[in-house]
Amino acid sequence: MNADQEMRRSVEELRLTFKTGKTRTVGWRKAQLRAILRLIHENENTLFHLLQSELGKHPVESYRDEIGVVKKSVDHALNCIDQWMSPKKGRLPLVYFPASRQVLPEPLGVVLIIASWNFPIALTLDPLIGAISAGNTVVLKPSELSPNCASFLANILPSYLDPKAVKVIEGGREVSNQLLQYKWDKIFFTGSTKVGKIVMAAAANNLTPVTLELGGKCPAIFDFLPNSDLKVAAKRVASGKWGPCAGQAGIGIDYMLVEQKFASTVIEQLKKTIKRFYGDDAKNFKNLSKIINKGHFDRLRSFLEDSAVANCIVYGGSFDDTSLIIEPTILLDPPLDAEIMNEEIFGPLLPIITMDNIEESIEFINSKPKPLAIYAFTKNENFKKRILAETSSGSVTFNDTVIQFLCDELPFGGVGQSGIGRYHGKYSFDTFSHEKAVLERSFYFELEPWHPPWNNFKLQFLRLVYNYDYVGMLLLLLGLKRPSNS
Amino acid sequence: MEAIVGGFEGELKELREVFNSGKTREASWRRSQLQGILSLFKERESDILKALHQDLGKHHVEAYRDEIGTVMKSATYALGNLKKWMSSKRAKMPLASFPSSAKLVPEPLGVVLIISSWNFPFGLSFEPIIGAIAAGNAVILKPSELSPTCSSVLANTIRDYLDNSAIKVVEGGPLVGEKLLQHKFDKVFFTGGPRVGEVVMTAAAKFLTPVTLELGGKCPAVVDFISSSWDKKIAMKRIIWGKFGACGGQACIAIDYILTQKQFASTLVEMLQKYIKRSFGDNPMESHSIAKIVNKKHFSRLKELLDEPGVKSSIVYGGKSDEQNLFIEPTILLDPLLDSSIMTEEIFGPLLPIITLERIEDSVEFIRARPKPLAVYGFTNNENLKKKMISETSSGSITFNDAIIQYAADTLPFGGVGGSGFGRYHGKYSFENFSHEKAVMMRGYLIDFGFRYPPWNNKKLQLLKSGLRYDYFTLVLIKLGLKSKA
Repeated sequence: MNADQEMRRSVEELRLTFKTGKTRTVGWRKAQLRAILRLIHENENTLFHLLQSELGKHPVESYRDEIGVVKKSVDHALNCIDQWMSPKKGRLPLVYFPASRQVLPEPLGVVLIIASWNFPIALTLDPLIGAISAGNTVVLKPSELSPNCASFLANILPSYLDPKAVKVIEGGREVSNQLLQYKWDKIFFTGSTKVGKIVMAAAANNLTPVTLELGGKCPAIFDFLPNSDLKVAAKRVASGKWGPCAGQAGIGIDYMLVEQKFASTVIEQLKKTIKRFYGDDAKNFKNLSKIINKGHFDRLRSFLEDSAVANCIVYGGSFDDTSLIIEPTILLDPPLDAEIMNEEIFGPLLPIITMDNIEESIEFINSKPKPLAIYAFTKNENFKKRILAETSSGSVTFNDTVIQFLCDELPFGGVGQSGIGRYHGKYSFDTFSHEKAVLERSFYFELEPWHPPWNNFKLQFLRLVYNYDYVGMLLLLLGLKRPSNS
Repeated sequence: MEAIVGGFEGELKELREVFNSGKTREASWRRSQLQGILSLFKERESDILKALHQDLGKHHVEAYRDEIGTVMKSATYALGNLKKWMSSKRAKMPLASFPSSAKLVPEPLGVVLIISSWNFPFGLSFEPIIGAIAAGNAVILKPSELSPTCSSVLANTIRDYLDNSAIKVVEGGPLVGEKLLQHKFDKVFFTGGPRVGEVVMTAAAKFLTPVTLELGGKCPAVVDFISSSWDKKIAMKRIIWGKFGACGGQACIAIDYILTQKQFASTLVEMLQKYIKRSFGDNPMESHSIAKIVNKKHFSRLKELLDEPGVKSSIVYGGKSDEQNLFIEPTILLDPLLDSSIMTEEIFGPLLPIITLERIEDSVEFIRARPKPLAVYGFTNNENLKKKMISETSSGSITFNDAIIQYAADTLPFGGVGGSGFGRYHGKYSFENFSHEKAVMMRGYLIDFGFRYPPWNNKKLQLLKSGLRYDYFTLVLIKLGLKSKA
């Protein structure tokens, strides 16, 4: 049996499992969620080693960004799943009486989750938590660019989760393309804009709904701040630029906007912070992830091939081909038409663009596609209001970075080029559910005027019905109101 | 014959400029447009009724009930709830992120494209328009060319009553649709068939434009044995409405076919015949209470459905048609072949197949074996059967003891799942459909947890572990050095 046939058979098995109704019981869902918790707990050290070897992530960074996040996510789902699964009753206008209405969440069926390589554990397991909570069967397709993590998941998941309901399929682009030909009830994709378009086009063939978590150039606006706050802000910026996978993150800061007169102060503080966080030994940076592979390493280096860009480096700039580590690098005012200012950087290079007035940053941001996140370090309440009202992005965070990722109550997703749909917390459950409208009417009471044969009385009555004019309806029925000739 | 049209660049440019100016975001603008819709329907009712009669042969009371009354109700509902919908909602933040606050801010998507269908040209244009306007977007509407008089009235009335710089109508056929889809929109809302739905989604994928597809499907009605004569009477009237009463069966939520027990079948056929006569008289065409078939192509399509072997012989009532008037009388078929076209394609016309089963519970399996429809109907007082249908079938919505009426409920989401589409609208769901809920997080500088930042060490790892678990007690102990492990 060739690869395609085997994959089809796996998917068919998932469909049959779903049909049995097993995945719909709350017992099954909770058991799977608890199993994920056990998986993380019992394999924590292995995961630390994997992420360190594959991405150069320090265990603390791995815990903060991936393992801790997944744990928190499962705990939250276990706590809330009963509530999420319950139907929501609601009110209907009196004209429907007697009737009851509820909105009932149900699973979509067989879903495909395609994950990216930069957070290989979180970006597979976090959506998986949503899909399982919602009662679906799942195919997980981890990224081939983090092959060890992918293999690990492929080997370990069957011993914790129901292998007839959750499958991991490894492989590269060919496998992905093949999978995209099949009919899914939902596709959840985390990755680049370019591949997002391919996924959506493939989904269109089967009218499959998609959630696309893409990226974008996430800007950080840095307004004037007093010294004490400046120090904290610089730490948060550094943490948001170089912290998550050395800048290879959808919500990582891509570039910074700062007022001309404030620029050198900010840069100085950033330099200090970088030295503290990562050291300044070009041969041995600590606590810094590496670039995922040679291809991306070269891509990042090519940003600096343009001498006009290279001349703007004010800090850093060293590239280590052996370890694939790039030093945290700051550039001051590279040309706005350079590639580094028009493509998502996805790496540890931080362009800082200066302007006369910080409020110009709004126009600057609006000249580019809508990003996944906008960060703004400012205490100016009016400026905050303007940013909120005049820009659009998946999210906006004031005076911090990346932290919105941790909040279970906030939806996480993009808009425009940064994506479609959202997840985290209840939104994960919702994204893998269909909310079915249930209306129960009874035969007791019948409003005659809904049906033919038609006459003027019925038309008049209908006008009153749509106006919820109950008094009018009553008067009309009692013959105390004459139907007008309309 | 379609005239060669321009590329719509001018129109789109204007819409984008107007949107960027912020005009459509003002609550006052949105209100004025919603009021404009109400005035439009109040003052131009007779033009609308004439057009619906011209294109579809709709009786004016049916037209009022299905398209005019509903739209006015929805516009009023939107006006009454606009302030609430536009306001931001607070989201809870974990204590670990103190001091912080978070909220969800709805914002418009930008310039949206609404493509509506011919069967309810006013309803299916204005319901989404109401959502788009309430959410603050600029709109382009492309009504269906198959109802040309209505399309023209739509263009004229919208021009007369709404803000032309922000809401435009583009008339025409598939070529016009194609040209429009070559442009980038911030959202595309499509009502129609799955084939064109696929074309729309494929075009949207090029720009990563989110879409809502309101498609159709074969909506089944499970008709259980009903003992009470009162209930039987009401049920018949509602079934007849659900099949023949809304645009002559050319409706996405019309009853497509009936499932019933063998023993009940002949009684059911008898009763249906009786009530068809009661509602439409002995000569239904003369009653002018059933809409005509929209055009020759669909008329032929429906005739062909009846001409198939194994189908023609199953006609037990009706079957006559009048090509000149594009009229087909209410027709009942008893157990046509299950693999005939009439049982595999969406009928979209006044032909009612009744499929008999040994037990009524078998209907659940019958429905599950087929693509998920937009609506499932159940006429029964059997609570167990209701429960089984709710939990074991999947559809956009499920309604008991009535049909079509879920369309008018503002508090019920209206949309499909699987083959019947994705996305939903009506009431607040319309507002949400055309909005992006932006997550906004506000942080301060007062408190800053050092364990968020490198350089990493074990203590920070333990602090992070307890922090992410919201285990504040342990966190404090570790910080104080009284505990070493989380």
